[in-house]
Amino acid sequence: SSSHSDKRTLQPIEKILIANRGEIACRIMRTAKRLGIRTVAVYSDADKDSLHVKSADEAILIGPPPARLSYLNASSIVEAAIRTGAQAIHPGYGFLSESAAFAELCEDKGLTFVGPPSSAIRDMGDKSASKRIMGAAGVPLVPGYHGTEQDIEVMKAEAEKIGYPILIKPTHGGGGKGMRIVKSPDEFVDSFLGAQREAAASFGINTILLEKYITQPRHIEVQIFGDKYGNVLHLYERDCSVQRRHQKIIEEAPAPNVTNDFRSHVGQAAVSAAKAVRYHNAGTVEFIVDTVSGQFYFMEMNTRLQVEHPVTEMIVSQDLVEWQIRVANGEPLPITQAQVPLSGHAFEARIYAENVPRGFLPATGVLHHYHPVTVSSKAVRVETGVEEGDTVSMHYDPMIAKLVVWGENRAAALIKLKDCLSKFQVAGVPTNINFLQKLANHGAFQDGNVETHFIDHYKDDLFGNPNNLELEKEAFDNVKFSATLAAACLCKKEESILKENSCGSNSSLSIWYARPPFRVHHHARRNMVLEWENEDNSSSSKLLPISVIYQHDGNYLIEMEDISSRGLNVNASHLHNHYFTVEANGVRMTVTLATYVKDGTEHIHVWRGSHHHHFRQKLGLELTDDDETCHNTTSESASQSPDSVVAPMAGLVVKVLVKDGGNVVEGQPILVLEAMKMEHVVKAPLSGFVRGLQVKVGEQVSDHSLLFSVKGE
Amino acid sequence: CSKSGIPSPIDQVFHRRHLCLGVLPDGLDRSSEFFSGNSKAMECLLSELQTHVEKVLAGGGEEVVKRNRSRNKLLPRERIDRLLDPGSSFLELSQLAGHNLYEYSLPSAGIITGIGAVHGRLCMFVANDPTVKGGTYYPITVKKHLRAQEIAAQCKLPCIYLVDSGGAFLPKQAEVFPDKDNFGRIFYNQAIMSAEGIPQIALVLGSCTAGGAYIPAMADESVMVKGNGTIFLAGPPLVKAATGEEISAEDLGGASVHCKTSGVSDYFAQDELHGLALGRNIVKNLHMAGKTENINTFQNVNSTYKEPLYDVKELRSIAPVDLKQAFDIRSIIARIVDGSEFDEFKKLYGTTLVTGFARILGQPVGIIGNNGILFNESALKGAHFIELCTQRNIPLVFLQNITGFMVGSRSEANGIAKSGAKMVMAVSCAKVPKITIIVGGSFGAGNYAMCGRAYSPNFMFLWPNARISVMGGAQAAGVLSQIEKANKKKQGIQWTKEEEERFKEKVVEAYEREGSSYYSTARLWDDGIIDPADTRKIVGLCISASFNRPVEDTKYGVFRM
Repeated sequence: SSSHSDKRTLQPIEKILIANRGEIACRIMRTAKRLGIRTVAVYSDADKDSLHVKSADEAILIGPPPARLSYLNASSIVEAAIRTGAQAIHPGYGFLSESAAFAELCEDKGLTFVGPPSSAIRDMGDKSASKRIMGAAGVPLVPGYHGTEQDIEVMKAEAEKIGYPILIKPTHGGGGKGMRIVKSPDEFVDSFLGAQREAAASFGINTILLEKYITQPRHIEVQIFGDKYGNVLHLYERDCSVQRRHQKIIEEAPAPNVTNDFRSHVGQAAVSAAKAVRYHNAGTVEFIVDTVSGQFYFMEMNTRLQVEHPVTEMIVSQDLVEWQIRVANGEPLPITQAQVPLSGHAFEARIYAENVPRGFLPATGVLHHYHPVTVSSKAVRVETGVEEGDTVSMHYDPMIAKLVVWGENRAAALIKLKDCLSKFQVAGVPTNINFLQKLANHGAFQDGNVETHFIDHYKDDLFGNPNNLELEKEAFDNVKFSATLAAACLCKKEESILKENSCGSNSSLSIWYARPPFRVHHHARRNMVLEWENEDNSSSSKLLPISVIYQHDGNYLIEMEDISSRGLNVNASHLHNHYFTVEANGVRMTVTLATYVKDGTEHIHVWRGSHHHHFRQKLGLELTDDDETCHNTTSESASQSPDSVVAPMAGLVVKVLVKDGGNVVEGQPILVLEAMKMEHVVKAPLSGFVRGLQVKVGEQVSDHSLLFSVKGE
Repeated sequence: CSKSGIPSPIDQVFHRRHLCLGVLPDGLDRSSEFFSGNSKAMECLLSELQTHVEKVLAGGGEEVVKRNRSRNKLLPRERIDRLLDPGSSFLELSQLAGHNLYEYSLPSAGIITGIGAVHGRLCMFVANDPTVKGGTYYPITVKKHLRAQEIAAQCKLPCIYLVDSGGAFLPKQAEVFPDKDNFGRIFYNQAIMSAEGIPQIALVLGSCTAGGAYIPAMADESVMVKGNGTIFLAGPPLVKAATGEEISAEDLGGASVHCKTSGVSDYFAQDELHGLALGRNIVKNLHMAGKTENINTFQNVNSTYKEPLYDVKELRSIAPVDLKQAFDIRSIIARIVDGSEFDEFKKLYGTTLVTGFARILGQPVGIIGNNGILFNESALKGAHFIELCTQRNIPLVFLQNITGFMVGSRSEANGIAKSGAKMVMAVSCAKVPKITIIVGGSFGAGNYAMCGRAYSPNFMFLWPNARISVMGGAQAAGVLSQIEKANKKKQGIQWTKEEEERFKEKVVEAYEREGSSYYSTARLWDDGIIDPADTRKIVGLCISASFNRPVEDTKYGVFRM
């Protein structure tokens, strides 16, 4: 086969530029380093101290924070590769990874693009073109009618052919407008005419298409790999059904509750799909699976390494990035389809900085405390691009890390997943860890009954149901217990700090800090008020007044309203840093405590067992408004009335739909913010006149800044 | 910096040579009647003490405390807790001052005083209790305030005044206002201490009327809390009566007026917690740059020390409730000093006075304890030992349990007065810190020689069983009845046996009452009644506080030889 390989196969990649950031850049560099390949990072101004920059042998600044000026700037990335003498560019995922133009540009400049041929990217990038190609190659497609004939009787007959339920959809437009689900033939006419009317009104064109409606779909995708010699194989499937905001949060491989027969069929279909576009390198073929009929249909092909590729790596014991580089070097695939192992089960949980109760809105902030779980080469992987002290900025994807676990079987892997999630410690930004824990603990998930509507389906279980008083009480009892332990650990930590500091020069004063603090004829007492930050519902945060009474034996008696009247006797010892051993109610446990100060408030995070709680404590000092005569113009946002609207997240203003002073009705969209690839519509909280709307398109607003207010008249 | 009791390497080396030479034996017969009787009696005394303490800790009563809270004001001890370094100890003084002194109760004399650390610096706290008679100054309140200032001056402790007081209690003005050690002395002390470089800080957390206005005005720095803090020479009612002007308290003397216009106060606090935080900040900024003598000069302190070998709680069983019972003072020393190690000086001479060297919480001390009546030799030995300690800057701890000097012809002929005078001279002139603990009786000239209140010990505490009087009740009754009998005889009146007995009974009863620890502590003849089990801790803290200032050289007067 060496006879028809090009020149570069003789000169394999020795230096690679990674045109990406975050965890995937770090992950690619790790493999490159293992292979002895030197690495070049590119970065924007926002990332100059990032882990991926520190991990690379060389790093080049390519532009300002907005991605379109840096990580999407193809020419400066190519130039960076040429400047540093890199022979290849790995695009990672996202950004330029599926840009055919970029792949072409690389080839033009004599650089190896570590990915598929640009033609395959182009073919698969066009959704309708790709479906045509796949149909021709015999890959199953969702049954439907996409014809020009719009006669109602013809359409009805087509519908009969497809089989009910059926989806009626305008060919133009989007956002669900004009869409109808038809369950039986007698509903067809009314729905069809309604859809036509709505389509005409909304888009001016009333052509309609029909598609089979899949009531309980699953998202299953197949990892495929091809080399430059026409060999293609698949590395089994992944199930990525559990999604929020159309983004995956838990993926697993192999898919649960499928037969070996299904597995080989879907694998074969994926290989055929790849062969149809003469694919090489890593790719993923996505299928929608009808859980009722067991049929699968082609959806799209992703022509890159996927975020969730590690779950596949775990069950086949291969390094896909290594494969990518070897294939790019012109090597054939290292094994055949028959040699692909399948061992155990793997999960990936994506840990995001996000606000779960606020509709999973992306969050920004500093990672004041960041202790991922301990990794073990075989069973636990943490793919991350951040370190403690880093900032999750508004410019890029808010993913903090991917937690990947492996077990002998699904049940074993799930136990490990739950354990690792409870030990994955992040403080400083809100995360979805608690939510992931709830998902992983859900009965339906444990049974492998996953489907795309899973979160919506079980939302009462997952988001906490305020009507379930028993659960609420149990949850709050847990909060109170954590608060008690937090108070004990805070006092203990103080003691150890005092102990360390009093050992210096002024040792005769150290007896004043002996434990417990001495009082004449009574016990020293420490009062504190912890405010519980309810992650499920930020408006229901509760104040917990706690009294710590220092006992002669060094224990603390902790009193709290409606905890047992005698108080709780707690013995705490500080192990090191954030770690404590606490004994309460005869149970000894390890407790982790992380604290940081933000905006004059001390934030306290407690981890114990599977529980994580977040408390705040006012430091009670606002030395800035020291004098009441001081005219504080910046404190406007501090005094918010219910009619003022603040930015729900940091972001870029992309649309302003109303003029200042305009009359609006409740719920009317006022402006659109964009952050981390997501648009968020800011609506009028009530009917009235818009006041103080100053922001303009293109302006960056910070989290919680005042956008406008609505005065009702 | 462990206090695990492991000796330092050098100690280990030395100890190998002189194996535990000075370790005191246990010496306690736990099965004796003495032990069980005293245990029981002390238990009663302590539970009575606890009852009294709990009452005063509650302040001026539920209703008033509730009203105080509704104004966003903390109780004085809570205010102090917020000022102290977290985890710092607080040595409260004279908790039971004012006990049964007036026709109504005056918990803690309406003022909380004590020593604690702020930003690593020991400070004297003086906090009015607004829940007790509006924080007004009764005669005993003034006395307690002045005593706190006296200690502060003696130990160079920055003073933090937490002001919330209606000023002098007017019905008792004659006992509060005019005399040398009355109200005016507070401001005099502030001026003198400020001149000496001892910081004076006032936090105005409530009203501060009339004379009280001078506390913040005389302070080096002062904080006022918006809404609650007011300073004026005359309140709104008096102003209206005098000038007809109608004005609110806040407009007349609130934080705004005094921080913005009058300049009477320096820091404006939004609320009480802010005010207390500002108070901590002021102390933080007391760097006292260049004033190195202010830094603790006591060099010879071990940062590690051993706990006593025997349970300190057993002090409760040693303290004799019947003062006629004799016991070895060494059993007390053994439970106060580090490792129960006590190197006795002149052990075989003048054996009724025990003297020797030890450490308490790592700090070297010289201990003088009574083991019976003072004889000539014991007094001379005491004077000698005091000279040793002043020579070496070692603080003195007096453990008083003394019925007096030996009387009688042989003693007088031997010059017991001369020997006693030598010891009194030595005690008076010694400039090292002196701490006195009365563990039993304190009678007659023994009180003087053993550094009673008149000898200005830096600190003085009583055990609950302590008794102080010029002599025992029975002796006094004997003396007085003899005189009375002689008088009556001169007047030709016959005194029946019963009359004499009743007379004697009355004297004994009066001595019983006036000699009790509560009678003493209520009047501030001491700095507080303590649990015997806390003795070691408290003495340690007192020595540490005393060494906040350098020791002056001692100069003695003329010793009568």
